[in-house]
Amino acid sequence: MGLLDITDLTVEFPTRRRLFTAVDALNLKVNPGEIHGLVGESGAGKSTVGAAVMGLLDPPGRIAKGNIVFKNQLVDTSDGAVMHALRGRRISMIFQDPLTSLNPLLTIGDQLTETIRANLQVSASDADGRARELLDRVGIPDPDSRLNQYPHQFSGGMRQRVVIALALCSEPDVIIADEPTTALDVAIQAQILDLIRDVVDERKVGVILITHDMGVIANTTDRVTVMYRGKVVETGPTAKILSAPEHAYTQSLIAAVPRPHKKVHRFPRINYDGDDPDFAIEDLARDWPRYDNAPGKPLLSVRDLTKRFIEKRSLLPWGNRYFTAVDQLSFDIMPGEVLGLVGESGSGKSTVARMIAGLYKVDGGRVTFDGDLVSDLSNRKVQRAYRQEIQMIFQDPFSSLNPRMRVDQIVAEPLRHHRLLSGQDIPDRVGELLEQVGLGADARLKYPHEFSGGQRQRIAIARALATQPRFLICDEPTSALDVSIQAQILNILKDLQDHLGLTILFISHALPVVRQMCDRVAVMRRGQIVELADSEQLFTAPKHDYTKELLRLTPRTENMFEKPEA
Amino acid sequence: MVTYIFRRILQSILVLLVVGLVAFAMFTFIGDPIDNMLGQERTQEDIDRLRGVLGLDQPFVVQYVKFVISAMQGNFGVSYEQGRPVAQILAERAPATLELAAVSALFALSLGVVLGVYTAIHRKGFVANLVLTLSLIGVSLPTFLIGILLIYLFSVQLDWLPSFGRGETVDLGGWTTGFLTSSGMRALILPSITLGLYQMTLIMRLVRSEMMEVMRQDYIRFARARGLSERAITFRHALKNTMVPVITVTGLQLGSLIAFAIITETVFQWPGMGLLFINAIKFVDIPVMAAYLMLISVMFVGINLIVDLLYVSIDPRLRT
Repeated sequence: MGLLDITDLTVEFPTRRRLFTAVDALNLKVNPGEIHGLVGESGAGKSTVGAAVMGLLDPPGRIAKGNIVFKNQLVDTSDGAVMHALRGRRISMIFQDPLTSLNPLLTIGDQLTETIRANLQVSASDADGRARELLDRVGIPDPDSRLNQYPHQFSGGMRQRVVIALALCSEPDVIIADEPTTALDVAIQAQILDLIRDVVDERKVGVILITHDMGVIANTTDRVTVMYRGKVVETGPTAKILSAPEHAYTQSLIAAVPRPHKKVHRFPRINYDGDDPDFAIEDLARDWPRYDNAPGKPLLSVRDLTKRFIEKRSLLPWGNRYFTAVDQLSFDIMPGEVLGLVGESGSGKSTVARMIAGLYKVDGGRVTFDGDLVSDLSNRKVQRAYRQEIQMIFQDPFSSLNPRMRVDQIVAEPLRHHRLLSGQDIPDRVGELLEQVGLGADARLKYPHEFSGGQRQRIAIARALATQPRFLICDEPTSALDVSIQAQILNILKDLQDHLGLTILFISHALPVVRQMCDRVAVMRRGQIVELADSEQLFTAPKHDYTKELLRLTPRTENMFEKPEA
Repeated sequence: MVTYIFRRILQSILVLLVVGLVAFAMFTFIGDPIDNMLGQERTQEDIDRLRGVLGLDQPFVVQYVKFVISAMQGNFGVSYEQGRPVAQILAERAPATLELAAVSALFALSLGVVLGVYTAIHRKGFVANLVLTLSLIGVSLPTFLIGILLIYLFSVQLDWLPSFGRGETVDLGGWTTGFLTSSGMRALILPSITLGLYQMTLIMRLVRSEMMEVMRQDYIRFARARGLSERAITFRHALKNTMVPVITVTGLQLGSLIAFAIITETVFQWPGMGLLFINAIKFVDIPVMAAYLMLISVMFVGINLIVDLLYVSIDPRLRT
């Protein structure tokens, strides 16, 4: 018997129209000292498994069938008192986003001692001592002063360490980690996964690691269970599943992971379910305007670009303290080129994009586009033409589309704003655009919430293409998407670039994606470019230490996938 | 922090000066106080002389500057109607209004928060829905009607509580209070419910919706997942996070309790500043009106300054 045995678990959500089965007859076994990965795309029911085990299903969700056996004892998940005794004490949980899983108004010390005292019968001073030990255990330096600080005074990685400390408060036997590193940078991700591994080895805890990231699975887990639409499709030792997947879905999921070590022309798509509509790029190319680009001259040129934000406001404007987010940055983008911009969060990537797009005012330096100075926002005439020629695609398709507007209104907005078309031409063009991004003309009358993440990002692409731009800024366009959807969207962008000759600034923190997409890559750190080189050269022979470090920390998936380990 | 407070105080002073200027600009439209002050047998000479004495022949900006200068020395002028210093008149009336406002605020805040939390937690319970429905009726009725209904029920029909006035008061060296006698306390009940009912409903609904929002947050799920009791989750984690918007609204509402006590004071014949102000308008008693408006603005500005400081004390993220 394992530490935690889940057999035949079925979770249902009754809705008004029908009964939705989120988890369907799932079996899962966790042994002490083992990390069991639970992998699948969004909507596969991974997180629901975690919530069901904790007795924290959101109403109206309910466990319809199945047994959860913890340490050879059947757990009655319907009994509130039993679950309360188990939660936090025997089974703990780690959530995805350390920013939102800590109460912002209480100090770290308060939250730790409160949890310790709720679960263990100890005095206030003992709880305080234990809180100190826990912070020390999860690698937070200087616990004494850190205890009195609030969550916002911690960095993302440090916050996730605090969350892990909270989960360890009462020496649990099982930890359910729900996407514990998804919100973190690659360097921090590696540290947090190491920490989880340490805890497991040291205390023989059993961990269920829920993730959508095959890289995390490959590097951290001992066994893996693959879920698809509520059902388990495959389970077994990680090395075996990754190197010799038996089920077609697992195979396509692994194939869709971008490889950092070699360049491919197109991303393999997950065709398991066959619901991947075609993208009518040729139609789009037919009436796309052709520009005469002066040969050898950059389309967009950035010189000494600087942006400062007020860090501490003073009584008088000249007493303000500033933080330099972008520091005298210079680069060129040639016509038809895809330039990648990579770096950790906070390195200033998005700030650069926003300054180029004219969403932020520059504090120094200049941006020229096709010979025009576009960083001067007061020149109305240049701005108007420029804004028609550049378009932006944002990271989160859930917040970048107005939820109160219909899709046809969203896509038509740039056309109306720039007065490019009028009358019946507008709905015609909108229909074409939606057709071309593979959504179909019936999508017109729906609202954004009726679409999945990938479909929404297609709507955003249709909107960006409406003005027939020459230059696209893509700010982490696939970071919020599943791996299969990511492949679709990246293929669309690649096709656009091939057929329409679009120039693209591609911002991402995911190095494998950047390698596939970009001709040249600029690595940013603390507002400056540390290395700018041809993509292949940067990935095969990085010069700067920071680039080497970033490459080293990227989860190595290639060995796992192609060479079966002993 | 010090810069922040200093900056806020500077802003507050600016607000006060602008309010005063607007008030003085309006006074030129509400009539001529000379009409009321001199009897039927007045001559043009009397009128001109009085105008000169009161300074009414000067443009309103000049009048305003003079008012501000003497107000800064603690001199708010003399009431045209009563012939007594305005400061003295306001000091007599202020305790009645402030006590009424304080009791209604306490009523609105305590009941509003308690009911708000209750209705948020028992979202589908019968009692919660009853409270919500009743509260909707409470907001839909105008204040004066509620006052009259309460008087009809509790004073006329049941004869439990007085229908007008402050009851017996005790003079504590310039501050007359109704808190120390039972008739004074009884007299406070109906007016403060009338005045506070709307605010209570507002706070209740705000607390309810904020609470429901907060209960969906990840940190509440995480608190539950690490085995904290429901009580700790509700009161320690959720309620505190609910408080920031509640404090904002309460601060604004507290100011309006004082400012809009006028209607309640009229219904209950409450001898407070509201009644004084109504009379001052009828008589075009400019010094009283000016001083009253300034006092109300000082309170508004002061309360909002306190609200801003409370934010900082509740939310550590603002302390940078």
